[in-house]
Amino acid sequence: MSHMDISAYADAARLELDRIRGTELKPRDRLALPVQDMPCQEPAVRAGNMGEVASGYAPEQAMLEARRCLQCKNAPCVGGCPVRVDIPGFIAKIQEGDFAGACSVIKRTNLLPSICGRVCPQEKQCQMPCTVGKSLKGVERAVQIGRLERFAADYERDSGLLSAPAHAASTGKRVAVVGAGPAGLTCAVDLRREGHEVEVFEAFHKPGGVMVYGIPEFRLPKALVAAEAGVLESMGVRFNLNFLVGRTRKLSALLAEDGFAAAFIGTGAGLPKFMDIPGENFVGVFSANEYLTRSNLMKAYEKGKAATPLYPSRRVAVLGGGNVAMDSARMALRLGAEEVRILYRRTREEMPARAEEVVHAMEEGVKFDFLRSPTKILGDDKGRAAALEVLSYELGEPDESGRRKPVPIRGSEAVEPFDTVIVAVGNDSNPLLARTTPELAVDRHGHIIVDEKQKTSVERVYAGGDIVLGAATVILAMGEGRRAAAAINEVLQ
Amino acid sequence: MHRIINKQRLSEEVYRIEVEAPLVARERKAGQFVIVQVDSDYAERIPLTIADADPVKGTLTLIFQTVGASTHKLALKEPGDSIVLLGPLGNPTHIEKFGWAVCVGGGIGLAPLHPIVRALKEAGNRVTVISGARTRDLLIMQEEMQALADEHIVVTDDGTAGRKALVTVPLTELCARDPKPDIAVVIGPPIMMKFCAEATRPFGVRTLASLNTIMIDGTGMCGGCRVNVGGKTKFVCVDGPEFDAHEVDWSGMMTRLGAYKSQEQEAHHRCHMEMEAEALAAGEGEASK
Repeated sequence: MSHMDISAYADAARLELDRIRGTELKPRDRLALPVQDMPCQEPAVRAGNMGEVASGYAPEQAMLEARRCLQCKNAPCVGGCPVRVDIPGFIAKIQEGDFAGACSVIKRTNLLPSICGRVCPQEKQCQMPCTVGKSLKGVERAVQIGRLERFAADYERDSGLLSAPAHAASTGKRVAVVGAGPAGLTCAVDLRREGHEVEVFEAFHKPGGVMVYGIPEFRLPKALVAAEAGVLESMGVRFNLNFLVGRTRKLSALLAEDGFAAAFIGTGAGLPKFMDIPGENFVGVFSANEYLTRSNLMKAYEKGKAATPLYPSRRVAVLGGGNVAMDSARMALRLGAEEVRILYRRTREEMPARAEEVVHAMEEGVKFDFLRSPTKILGDDKGRAAALEVLSYELGEPDESGRRKPVPIRGSEAVEPFDTVIVAVGNDSNPLLARTTPELAVDRHGHIIVDEKQKTSVERVYAGGDIVLGAATVILAMGEGRRAAAAINEVLQ
Repeated sequence: MHRIINKQRLSEEVYRIEVEAPLVARERKAGQFVIVQVDSDYAERIPLTIADADPVKGTLTLIFQTVGASTHKLALKEPGDSIVLLGPLGNPTHIEKFGWAVCVGGGIGLAPLHPIVRALKEAGNRVTVISGARTRDLLIMQEEMQALADEHIVVTDDGTAGRKALVTVPLTELCARDPKPDIAVVIGPPIMMKFCAEATRPFGVRTLASLNTIMIDGTGMCGGCRVNVGGKTKFVCVDGPEFDAHEVDWSGMMTRLGAYKSQEQEAHHRCHMEMEAEALAAGEGEASK
């Protein structure tokens, strides 16, 4: 990826737009238009700051990228979107230069486009089946739907057009939403639109869930999440922060005594998994949740201001291959680590992380050790992590997930020095709400069991997001929040 | 936000505050704790034990020692100021009629011990309390303990109150009685709890310890509080805070508690310097009047 100044991108796009002005574009012409790169901070610069990596398209770029869309009648892209955004519809608006109109089209089905445009794995969703990408034989050459979505949403916010969706007259019925993450916030909006009195309960001191504690500032600015939460408040959604349902108040009490007619549980996947290898309790070994929460939510990177301390790291190993691993590694670099290595048991092809994040991490100087995984963590005489014993793997036969299974290479163990180890291998479900709500049925992984309408085993209680799905994505959580809201709205009619 | 309605300085480093928190005061049970922040912007989340609660008045009593920058800032809060508070967290102490219970509290550990002593009494147990501290000024909750306990033994390291001894001395004596105690509950500095565990172990007296480790969210999400208990990794916030003291890997826990020692000392030092500078500036202001 090249790193030009945004004005250079804008100039190049303007020239191209001038060239095609007034011509009837045939599909062949559209396919020939250049894919618009995302303007980004220089890797060497951004690795030393917390500012957002990608600055977003210039308007000219958005107009040109939108012209790459063929407006397919069958719209395969929509099928790839978990919340079925009318993608050709909003892109058509951008082609016309009606950016605010584009955002309105998106918001009919997706209330948090500025967030989804930044964090959705588009290459596995809407952009995967894109006809343009298929014709050009590469998903990376598909119409850049995510970037266009972000552009439209940012345009709306930056133009001061961000407004609260209209809501129906009050029904007088109260609904409790447990957890202020992507599932809960989406559910809250849809419930409020119908006129219900919605109260969101959040254990942390800020709303946003994984979008504030997990996803770093440089990928998703916190001001943006706060603005979205602000929209909910202006709609009349009430936030109860520092409130842990199950402990501060039982779920059953909210329903039976406090007058809530229904509840939605979107508590997320909040119990970090470890590798179960020796040495994981040495000082300097962190769950990615802890590492990221310290630096994001608690702002530990603002030295001198934040009271939450950071562990001084020089050589950091990150274990895992997902977005959280990428976030942790890139955060470690920004916090001053000299060397950051991601150890992943498989190869780049199998990595679940969003493609753009892997590219960004590599550009910034994160090193990748593919087909390698630790067997133990070694400590020094003070109980601090000092090294990893690492085993090498090779790819064998495909497993049940279709991915080729990594097979350890016998005798390949090697010891490498690391003072910090960040474990980013996923989360188990948090047992707290299930434990304090015995009538709530969970599966053997602790995930809440729901039917096709997100209804749990308890009357009037619905659930969605990672507490149902296990570790998934922001957009899937939002999809579940929507489905649950629709079901709740139906029963409260 | 939760308003502080009362504040008392119990000793040089120990403060007692009463905070409005009606829901927490109603729900909390012996053994649980809260997480407190002095503000919701840059402040650290600190776990504090609950010394007492008044469900009718809707208040919690928290007792804390100023050990670092964040507890220092908390100590600067006055009645009328508000703090951020989440709770009650952790599992309540399992209370039943055991028979004879020995409760050992060291220093600030006497605060969380107090509701447990009361709950054990209410469940019909005979309760012996051992109150211990470095010196007389650091002995807290003494009136309350005196009123609740069937037998109350006081020890200090320097002999300024009660016996000059460590808590393990009377604990061992009690364990040697026939019949021996049915259960022991120990709360205090990790090193004290470790030696209490070693004191009761040879007698086979079941011993519970309440751990206060480093944590951020207190709801299971960060895993920073993890500790090895009986060879398995446990999270203090969701699996604890009480564990079988004979199974806890005390040295591992103490090592993890020291993870940020140098940063904490630096922050504490900076905090002290700032306060001294402020005091100095205020003094100069007075002088120039």
